Amino acid sequence: MLNFEAFVDLPMIWYGLIMTAVLLYVILDGFDLGVGILFPFAPTDQCRDRMMNSIAPFWDGNETWLVLAGGGLFAAFPLAYAILMPALYIPVIIMLLGLIFRGVAFEFRFKASGKSRRIWDYAFHFGSLTATFMQGVILGAVVQGITVEGRQYAGGAFDWIDAYSIMVGVALVFGYALLGGTWLVMKTDGETQHWARQSASYVLGYVGLFIAVVSISMPMMDANVRRLWFSLPNFYFLLPVPLITAVFFAVIWRDLHKGAEYRPFFLSIGVFLLSYLGLGISLWPWIVPTAVTFRQAAAAPESQSLLLIGTVILLPVVLGYTAYCYYLFRGKSSHETAY
Amino acid sequence: MLDNLDPVILARIQFAFTVSFHILFPAFTIGLASWLAVLEWRWLKTGNQIYAEIYRMWVKIFAVAFGMGVVSGVVLSFQFGTNWSEFADKTGNVLGPLLGYEVLTAFFLEASFLGVMLFGWNRVSPRMHFASTVIVAAGTLVSAFWILSANSWMQTPQGFRVADDGLFYPTDWLAVIFNPSFPYRFAHMTIAAYLTTAFVVAGVASFYLWRRRHVKHARIMLGMAMIMAIFVAPMQLVIGDLHGLNTLEHQPAKVAAMEGLWETQRGAPMTLFAWPDQEAEENKWAIEIPYLTSLILTHDLDGEVKGLKEWPKEERPPVAWVFWSFRIMVGIGTLMILTGLIALVLHFKKRLFDTRWFQYWCMALAPSGFIAVLAGWFVTEIGRQPYIVYEILRTSDAVSPVAAPSIAISLTAFVVTYTFVFGAGAYYILHLINKGPVSDEEAYGAHGVRKPPIVTKLVTGEGGGHA
Repeated sequence: MLNFEAFVDLPMIWYGLIMTAVLLYVILDGFDLGVGILFPFAPTDQCRDRMMNSIAPFWDGNETWLVLAGGGLFAAFPLAYAILMPALYIPVIIMLLGLIFRGVAFEFRFKASGKSRRIWDYAFHFGSLTATFMQGVILGAVVQGITVEGRQYAGGAFDWIDAYSIMVGVALVFGYALLGGTWLVMKTDGETQHWARQSASYVLGYVGLFIAVVSISMPMMDANVRRLWFSLPNFYFLLPVPLITAVFFAVIWRDLHKGAEYRPFFLSIGVFLLSYLGLGISLWPWIVPTAVTFRQAAAAPESQSLLLIGTVILLPVVLGYTAYCYYLFRGKSSHETAY
Repeated sequence: MLDNLDPVILARIQFAFTVSFHILFPAFTIGLASWLAVLEWRWLKTGNQIYAEIYRMWVKIFAVAFGMGVVSGVVLSFQFGTNWSEFADKTGNVLGPLLGYEVLTAFFLEASFLGVMLFGWNRVSPRMHFASTVIVAAGTLVSAFWILSANSWMQTPQGFRVADDGLFYPTDWLAVIFNPSFPYRFAHMTIAAYLTTAFVVAGVASFYLWRRRHVKHARIMLGMAMIMAIFVAPMQLVIGDLHGLNTLEHQPAKVAAMEGLWETQRGAPMTLFAWPDQEAEENKWAIEIPYLTSLILTHDLDGEVKGLKEWPKEERPPVAWVFWSFRIMVGIGTLMILTGLIALVLHFKKRLFDTRWFQYWCMALAPSGFIAVLAGWFVTEIGRQPYIVYEILRTSDAVSPVAAPSIAISLTAFVVTYTFVFGAGAYYILHLINKGPVSDEEAYGAHGVRKPPIVTKLVTGEGGGHA
């Protein structure tokens, strides 16, 4: 039987892989959900057409990272999957319904004519908004901890909702809107780009505010997180994380007001990366905080080994042709339908 | 009031609803993707513009159907956990990697190259575009491979052990992936998808012929669809029969329910129509053909076939559902074979494209593949009850610790959403069908995008002589 347990730390590798898949999902679907969040605020229908066209070739691939994160969690950490899904039953299903509405809008919108197009404009916006908000709520609920007894979720149907998780939900809406706005600065020009610059710099302030609130509140709520960040010498090692984030904010702010079209998007990704890193450090080593660690939830080494072979071979291939697609559809997007 | 509902039944209804809705799209897009690849190949090979026009019409329909397949499929990847967390916990070691491979080998491939297929016309060479179509088509088949392997393992599990902690551990991956019912189910489902698409195409082509629109396109479409009906529909009969024999070997109770057979007997009759009564353990109003079931299942007039009474009551699947779904599936399969035979006769009489009643016939059968696919899945999924992993894990032991009201409310939300969203999708597909293929001359008039050749020549000064 295939087993690499003796050679490598399988649970550790898989923890890294799942976290990477989630991060890639957050960044990639983040910008196209963000475009959906900003959608109704665009000045003209022609702007909206361009916005839609700028993400139409990519959204499906982006959303596949969510399926990989979900499927990967099931494969590599089935216990975590089996506890988290029932615990987050309602927000997960609302998120999925949101993703349905925005996903079909890509195709339906260009097929619809006249007033019925409005329906899909709103389906796209509210679907994106709902899915994003629920993803934030899920994050907010998970970091606060899940009630577990034995191998099962033991909490109620509404444990996930409180002021904190709602705040994280709102924070993520602004976060994705920043990614979406800076994406549009990169992928459009003229009127659309001008508006995207304004929108992005508007949400930038809120994103900074929310990151600050979360960064301060997490160590206040949890003694472990406090110890992790503020004990010496950890403090000095971890200090660059907030400092670099602050520098990124300053540069994005300046770029949005004069010049650079590409840098704001990549620096916004950088902000997400650093926030994610900070969060990851705080949650370590829990996969279901604070009940199950990633080692406890790990699938059988045979199972993790089998999928690891495929991942090592296929993930670079997937990243390769994903990059090819982004390269193929490079440049500014047009408002005309392409097919 | 909601607290009185049974969470197991609700979870089953919800999953049945979302998965049934979802399967309609792959059943259509698996066949459509392969057909589009054939169309593009014919176009590149012959240079006949008609093929390109048919391609461009159906690729739009493909995009709508594929989009709906994606969004309804994402739901399923989470529902294993939201509805069946005990199942996920216990079988994750075995099934998880299979689903992981499905995402890595198929989903990314389909999603990325679909973008090239739809939006890449002016950005890649015709060859690269054709390659993208082929890749998407291959992706749909690879996806079917993994998900049907996982489903078949739940029907005929092997290559694992159940440890003291109650969890399943893999012992032989090849045995898990290539479990006994998998090759039959994979072949049966793939061909079902091809036939579903073929009959949709035949129905649309017949609609055009009947209305005398797009006749050139419609003749090609109907011709290609009838090739499938003539050759592939009979093939499905053979594979279906083999699949049935495989089921008889591994899941005899399912076959007994399909046949509506209560008593174990030699020379078992085939029940054509009846109302199986689960409580009374008998069929009402049965119409039977003597010896036929024994002949089909054992290839011997006097062969013994096990009846449902061999199993205790709580081990039997709901008979009427399985019995009737099976008859609907086989009935439609028979009509498809018959369609092929009629087409063959009409072809030799040179009347294939102008026989009015055959056009009505094909239009009526346009949705038949979808109904047959659903009926077939009802047979196999209801037929393995009360188990989720056959004879190892009961469905009632697999359910999530989620309260009935949550499931009831989300079920309602799914029904409302799916009805609205996929209703709209069906409307747009019908709209695209009604619009039909756009030929280049028509495109000039309608949109003014492409200039007719003569104008191009005048503008570029290549025309010469005319001036």
